[in-house]
Amino acid sequence: MSILAPPLEQRQPSAPRSGEPVIRFEDVSIAFDNPVLEGVSFELPFGETKILMGVAGTGKTLILKLALGLLRPDSGHIKFLEDDITEMREEELFALRRNIGMVFQESALFDSLTVEENVAYRLIEETGKVTEEIHARVLEALRFVELEHTVALFPSELSGGMRRRVAIARAIITDPKVLLYDSPTGGLDPVTSNTIIELIVKQRDVYQTSSLLVTHRLQDAFTMASHYFDREQNKMVPIADGVTRDVHTKFLILRDGKIIFEGTAAELLRCNDPYIREYLS
Amino acid sequence: MAVQDYSLLAGRSLSNVLARPRYLSDTLLQADLIGVGSLPIVVLTGFFTGAVLALQTSSTLQQFGSLSLTGKLVSLSMVRELGPVLTGLMVAGRNSSGMASELGSMKVTEQIDAMRAMGVDPSKKLVTPRVIASSVMLFFLSIISDLVGLTGGFMISYVLLGLDPNQYWTTAYQALRFGDIFMGLCKPVIFGFIIATIGCYYGLSAKGGTQGVGRATTQAVVAASVLILVSDFFITRLLMGVFQY
Repeated sequence: MSILAPPLEQRQPSAPRSGEPVIRFEDVSIAFDNPVLEGVSFELPFGETKILMGVAGTGKTLILKLALGLLRPDSGHIKFLEDDITEMREEELFALRRNIGMVFQESALFDSLTVEENVAYRLIEETGKVTEEIHARVLEALRFVELEHTVALFPSELSGGMRRRVAIARAIITDPKVLLYDSPTGGLDPVTSNTIIELIVKQRDVYQTSSLLVTHRLQDAFTMASHYFDREQNKMVPIADGVTRDVHTKFLILRDGKIIFEGTAAELLRCNDPYIREYLS
Repeated sequence: MAVQDYSLLAGRSLSNVLARPRYLSDTLLQADLIGVGSLPIVVLTGFFTGAVLALQTSSTLQQFGSLSLTGKLVSLSMVRELGPVLTGLMVAGRNSSGMASELGSMKVTEQIDAMRAMGVDPSKKLVTPRVIASSVMLFFLSIISDLVGLTGGFMISYVLLGLDPNQYWTTAYQALRFGDIFMGLCKPVIFGFIIATIGCYYGLSAKGGTQGVGRATTQAVVAASVLILVSDFFITRLLMGVFQY
């Protein structure tokens, strides 16, 4: 049996199972010198994207690292499907993490490896070498992010935006059940940011991968909530006025380590909370 | 806390030796970097240490009419003590710092987190290959250092002191007992373990960007060097008891 996930064009969208979350935070708290998260609870259903927003230092990236089991909470439980990851040993977490793809804030590409070796990292770990099948899969993942030509380059030879796109290719190559994006457009120019958001929307709409996305850019968040990926035109297009289309995208807003808002873009815009009004202004 | 973290890392690096996956190519790469890369400094250090040892002791030995024992003295000093310790210190300066800076850079740029996020255990992938490579290569580097040191001592004895080559090598060879050889070969294995685990520990604990990496590098060299000297004392004392010196 092949250890590789099916090629991108053969992949089936993650089957949404009504009401069943892929990730569930239950009353999660964690403190370092001071409390960072306090009693955080939320669910990420299958096929849904949750956008985590809030000012710097409210624990957004921490939520992603907790979801991945890179950190353990002081109290509360975090469940990935049926597994309580807060009670798993590190060895068990390594196996579980193969179902989760993460795009780090600064890409976190291995600087001594080529783009191909970076993208194929998980697959090489399992097979021990770059086989023809893996090479084909790498090219396919790089084609998805339109960087097929960079396969033999090193990360230092790429621009910031290209590195983020390679990081996305690395995250999706194994067809993970969940994708975690940590400020994927942070520090990028608007045009490049839009390219990244389009790739994330494409992954959301074409493969219906559940995802948690941290961003500081309101524009990116609202673009995700107001656009969908049109497979015929092969590009992201805005939802026409008057048309109701569920893009399975919700917002979570954090303040002082607590979730103060959870809902759709429309609900967020209607929210009268003074802090949120100020945050959005 | 730091001692606890270090002990856990050192313990895991050992338990990983038998666990899968085994990173043979990473281990060979590290063996090349540590072993072949350190060879020039180990050869130079060993040669001149043996030479200066012969030079310094010759005047004292001459006072007692025992110049013929130069080979024995150089041999025992190099094999039991100076070969392993100086090789350990040289490799600590070169490789402990290298490991701390490499792993520290990976830590501060989130490459270690990325590795864990992709289901790869950094202690298996990064630490264990370095521990195996360091211990194995330091074993061979110490043998080379001993041999080159004896050659350095011979050059001084023959060229400057006028000793008979046969006499030098015979006394050098006959002075060594099993306990001396065992002590000389046991130490580098432990020193190699110390060098790799200390380098990896400080690298994986690095915080605070490039400044943190620099700090980790310095701390790794200092801690590895001090630990080599301290452990050398205890190993020597233990083995002297075992072999009844």
